[in-house]
Amino acid sequence: MMQRLRGVPLAYVWRNLLTRRLTTALTAGGMGLVVFVFATVLMLEAGLRETLVETGSPQNVIAIRAGSQTEVQSGLPLTELDALSTQPQIARDATGHPYFVRETLVLNSLPKKQSGQPSNVTIRGTSATGLALRPQLKLASGRTFRPGSNEIIVGRSIADGFAGVAIGNTLRFARRDWLVVGIFDAGKTGFNSEIWGDSEQMQQAFRRSGMYSSAIFRLDRPDHFDALASAVKADKRLTIEVQRENDFYAAQSKVMATFISILGLTLTVIFSVGAIIGATITMYSSVANRVREIGALRAIGFRRSSILLAFLLEALLLGLVGGLAGVTVASGMQFFTVSTMNWQTFAELAFSFTLTPGIIAASLTFALAMGFLGGFLPALQASRMKIIDALRTA
Amino acid sequence: MSTASVSLQHVSKHYERGGQLLPVLTDIHFDIMPGDYLALMGPSGSGKSTLLNLIAGIDQPSGGAILVGGTDIARLNDRELADWRAANVGFIFQFYNLMPVLTALENVELPLLLAPLNRRERRERALFALDLVGLADRVKHYPSELSGGQQQRVAIARAIVSDPALIVADEPTGDLDRKSGEEILALLDTLNRDSGKTIVMVTHDQKAADAARQVRHLEKGELSHLEIRQ
Repeated sequence: MMQRLRGVPLAYVWRNLLTRRLTTALTAGGMGLVVFVFATVLMLEAGLRETLVETGSPQNVIAIRAGSQTEVQSGLPLTELDALSTQPQIARDATGHPYFVRETLVLNSLPKKQSGQPSNVTIRGTSATGLALRPQLKLASGRTFRPGSNEIIVGRSIADGFAGVAIGNTLRFARRDWLVVGIFDAGKTGFNSEIWGDSEQMQQAFRRSGMYSSAIFRLDRPDHFDALASAVKADKRLTIEVQRENDFYAAQSKVMATFISILGLTLTVIFSVGAIIGATITMYSSVANRVREIGALRAIGFRRSSILLAFLLEALLLGLVGGLAGVTVASGMQFFTVSTMNWQTFAELAFSFTLTPGIIAASLTFALAMGFLGGFLPALQASRMKIIDALRTA
Repeated sequence: MSTASVSLQHVSKHYERGGQLLPVLTDIHFDIMPGDYLALMGPSGSGKSTLLNLIAGIDQPSGGAILVGGTDIARLNDRELADWRAANVGFIFQFYNLMPVLTALENVELPLLLAPLNRRERRERALFALDLVGLADRVKHYPSELSGGQQQRVAIARAIVSDPALIVADEPTGDLDRKSGEEILALLDTLNRDSGKTIVMVTHDQKAADAARQVRHLEKGELSHLEIRQ
């Protein structure tokens, strides 16, 4: 039951916290709230990154106009794409056709189910090859669109979050009615927040004759990417930039993830000052209530360092209790999905809070740091007490 | 078992208050022989508690030397003094000063945490000490579940558990009723007679002083007279 911690028993430290249950609970609760905010921000950022990173595949390559950050900003003429599709590093099927698809990407606004407010959604014109290149995309219900038709399939987040999006309904955009024939589930990827239809129909409807947003293709071997990139760069006819698809989507999360981090962590730092002050007050009170005990421990032969450690450990335990409470509550956020606009693409993107072992470790470390900072001065005061003064305290 | 010889050589102690030196003890010079049972008496402010604190190594003299078992404890630094106290001194306080969150057994084990003993050895010694003070059936009780007399007996068990050379007691019966006080004095007498422990006790209580073999009186920071009892 009694373990050694350079002299002072752990039971003494722990039971003193339990003795002051209400104070301990309130102080740990304050720290827990801060840890909850801290962990939630990290989970939001991780969820966003995971969604966008998982959207891409390392074997796929995306081509956009050089200098564009996103597919929406990009415009590639058919002639360049035809030249690109002849590159030898592109994988081909048994009939010799390249795994290569030209895609059209436009933004269109649809009313959201809950607020009724319009929000941008990504509409992607693609083909059967485009679907084959994204095996993570599975039809959840209905069927896929027929080539050359005004049929569309919608991602799970679009079906869940926007009004009137259901199989059999029509959506009106680009002066046409588009029949929803299927709902797809693309796991945790950003494709869930898109509407897909036939590329050529989208071209016509959005009057993009001869201009595409991007091209997606598969490499015959993943290590051929550098050779392809060099060839594209060297070809003076092309104004194209190629990127591995997963790198491209990872970069899409950068601005928003950075914003979430800065805003969230700034708030956390401000809140943590309050929590640290709370812990300091609690620990000063703990020291004040045990002055005679400190005097007796020192008289018995415990060194100043043992007293310092005992009170620091008490503060760290306080932080740990708060940290565990905060992380436990934050873990419940995994059941929620956030749908917001990605400022890089200006399109709605749905993603979940993601709790990782790294976030748990960072949150508990943060909680321990708050405990340490809150407990250091009181612990120092306890360790510096003169024995005879401490023993005389009434 | 160890015994102590304490030699106080021209010990003085003063405090500084508002730039002025306030003498508390002046030229204290006497020896305590191994196995002695000494009571220090005197009016409030006579310096008896300060003298006890100096002998116990929880305060430092302003001048002179205090040799305990040949070691001049006045020359030890704070860390060395803590280690010295852990090995050589057992404390009995007026208000027991037990840790309220620890059981009787855990309180008695505390000094042993500073000794090179394993858990089993610590437990055995602590149980033995509690048995010695008649509290073998109260090992799992917390201080709040014990009477004042029982708490002081736990404190005595804590003081003797590491077999220190010297036991210092500051008004050990001061917070107890008459019956409990007598029991504590009988226990100290047994420790002195049967175990040969050197005991130095500060008391206002004449009955407690009568239990000691010697009584040294202090007045205004100086030794006044010595009574030798049988």
